[in-house]
Amino acid sequence: MAEVTFEGVGKVFPGGTIAVEDLSLHIAEGEFLILVGPSGCGKSTALRMAAGLEQISAGVIKIDGTVVNDVPPKDRDIAMVFQNYALYPHMTVAKNLAFGLRQHKTPKQEIARRVAEVSDMLGLQDLLQRRPGQLSGGQRQRVAMGRALVREPKAFLLDEPLSNLDAKLRVQMRAELKRLHHAVAISTIYVTHDQVEAMTLGDRIAVMDAGKLQQIGVPQEVYDRPDNVFVAGFIGSPPMNLLAGHAHAGTATAGDLVFERPNLRDGDIVVGVRPESLRLVGEADPGPGFAVAVQVVEPLGDEVLVHGTVQARDAGLRTDPEATLLANTTSMGAPVTVRLEPHVRTEPGRTIHVSVAPEAIHVFDAMTGDAVR
Amino acid sequence: MSMDVTATSVDLRALPGETGMVQRGRQRWLPFSAWHLFLFPMAAVMLTPLLWVVATSLETLAQTRHFPPILWPGHFEWRNYSDALQAAPFGRWFFNTTVVTVTVVVTNLLLCSLAAYGFARIDFWGKKVVYFFLLATLMVPIQVTIIPTFLIVKRLGMIDSLNALIVPNLANVFGIFMLTQFFRTLPLDLEEAARIDGASRLKTLFVVVLPLSGPALATLAVIQFMWIWNDFLWPLVTLFNEKNYTIQLGLASFQGAHVQTTNLLMAGNMMSMVPVLALFIFAQRWFVRGIATQGLKG
Repeated sequence: MAEVTFEGVGKVFPGGTIAVEDLSLHIAEGEFLILVGPSGCGKSTALRMAAGLEQISAGVIKIDGTVVNDVPPKDRDIAMVFQNYALYPHMTVAKNLAFGLRQHKTPKQEIARRVAEVSDMLGLQDLLQRRPGQLSGGQRQRVAMGRALVREPKAFLLDEPLSNLDAKLRVQMRAELKRLHHAVAISTIYVTHDQVEAMTLGDRIAVMDAGKLQQIGVPQEVYDRPDNVFVAGFIGSPPMNLLAGHAHAGTATAGDLVFERPNLRDGDIVVGVRPESLRLVGEADPGPGFAVAVQVVEPLGDEVLVHGTVQARDAGLRTDPEATLLANTTSMGAPVTVRLEPHVRTEPGRTIHVSVAPEAIHVFDAMTGDAVR
Repeated sequence: MSMDVTATSVDLRALPGETGMVQRGRQRWLPFSAWHLFLFPMAAVMLTPLLWVVATSLETLAQTRHFPPILWPGHFEWRNYSDALQAAPFGRWFFNTTVVTVTVVVTNLLLCSLAAYGFARIDFWGKKVVYFFLLATLMVPIQVTIIPTFLIVKRLGMIDSLNALIVPNLANVFGIFMLTQFFRTLPLDLEEAARIDGASRLKTLFVVVLPLSGPALATLAVIQFMWIWNDFLWPLVTLFNEKNYTIQLGLASFQGAHVQTTNLLMAGNMMSMVPVLALFIFAQRWFVRGIATQGLKG
């Protein structure tokens, strides 16, 4: 168990592509940190640098206080779980589990003890003599976890380990991962683009975009108080509604939505409202709100998602491809999503009126994208 | 009711579409694929010389000189094989060829793997240029290099010894090229996992990469085996003493010395072919697969 620290870490690939820029992170002993962001944001590169699989272009990575920039992967005492598991196909499960220990010249009895212990923990006892090709996806995933666990490393590095599983198995394995981490409490860096994994698994999450760290914090804090427009649009599913607006004399306006925010400087702003912060109200109800021209209704059983447009300019900062797709189908106005109670009935073509509590409205600087609080 | 059943069965047969129709057409006209109409004559052309060798090796001397030729002897002269073995030092030549071939195959598998892994996975300065020039040497015919190679081997004092056959063939560019292409197709994650697990580059090659490269290694082994076992020109240039001859060189000299005894010559030929045929049949599955992979990725 050890701390892992990134200090101003950068990675420039041959050809000049900047994958990671000035990344500073501290993963405390036993902490479960999630690196989350869209494809190509540099999260996997950051993880691979920690593993020693990529050279570091700038900055310093420390494991347990020791600078490891030039330390080869085998001497870093870390274990990694790959997206496709990377199990050795010609070895049995037992040999896969023991491989790392054998490379470190661990005594045979100790290898046998640890393999038995880990296979007990993960329910692999009956699979030890099988080869990876004879296992299901979930079993392979457990073997990959086992191969990391058996090493008893200083830190775990997990690169989207659940992304190859089907939805049901992913939920199971998510719970399993959480249980395992509580049991072994080894410092873990977990890379994912899945927000549910990010929100549910991590002690803290670090949101990355375009090679830069956008925000780091406990999941609820990042959700409730996004530092910038990118985080606001990326964390949360469906994502936050973002509308272009304007502030003048302490009053903010985004289409029909008008609210007081005394500390706002005059100028262009981006207004953000989470889908669940919107309440269905009558036409004449007071308070900030707007009318939504309904386009698509998605009844999900426990809630209803209503996609539509409002009379406002789209902030054009969406990170969710589904929302972008919907936005492209919009002929006028800005696309919004409203999360409503399951009993609400509406249909495409109708107009619903929604309002939002002023304190639930997020405001961002239109130029910098930073939150204005 | 019966009409419905008939209609249903017709519909079902129509479902598979074009493939199904081709299948039915084939079943109607031929008990095999139409390609076989082309392949059977081709196979016959390939096999006829081999069958002729087999037949001649089992004929008496008189039968070999008979006109018109006897296509298949009624009685097999198995003695031809033992006579051939006594007429020339075949045992010695077999031994020499085996030593040279096995050594060259083993060193090729080892050295080509090492070089290929470097080209496939390790970044070093000038890699592309070196690889390009290495491949360029494949275009140089052996007739061009035979004299310089002879001079080098002579300078090393290896003329008229088996070393003259082994040392210039320790590794070859084709093997490096083939294995490089194959290694590039293997998932990088496996090697990275091994490195994180504590394996060195060399260990990763031997413990992870090579065990997964069976088809490519088998292909290279068979190609090298056939090439060295059947090589005639280079042994002819470098070997003078009969006791150092390889089987092909020995057979050629046997032909000169026993020009009249075609049946013994063919018996010797048959014996020289057995190891190559046996290896090919044994490794055929991998061999074909390896060539297929190479074709796709090369």
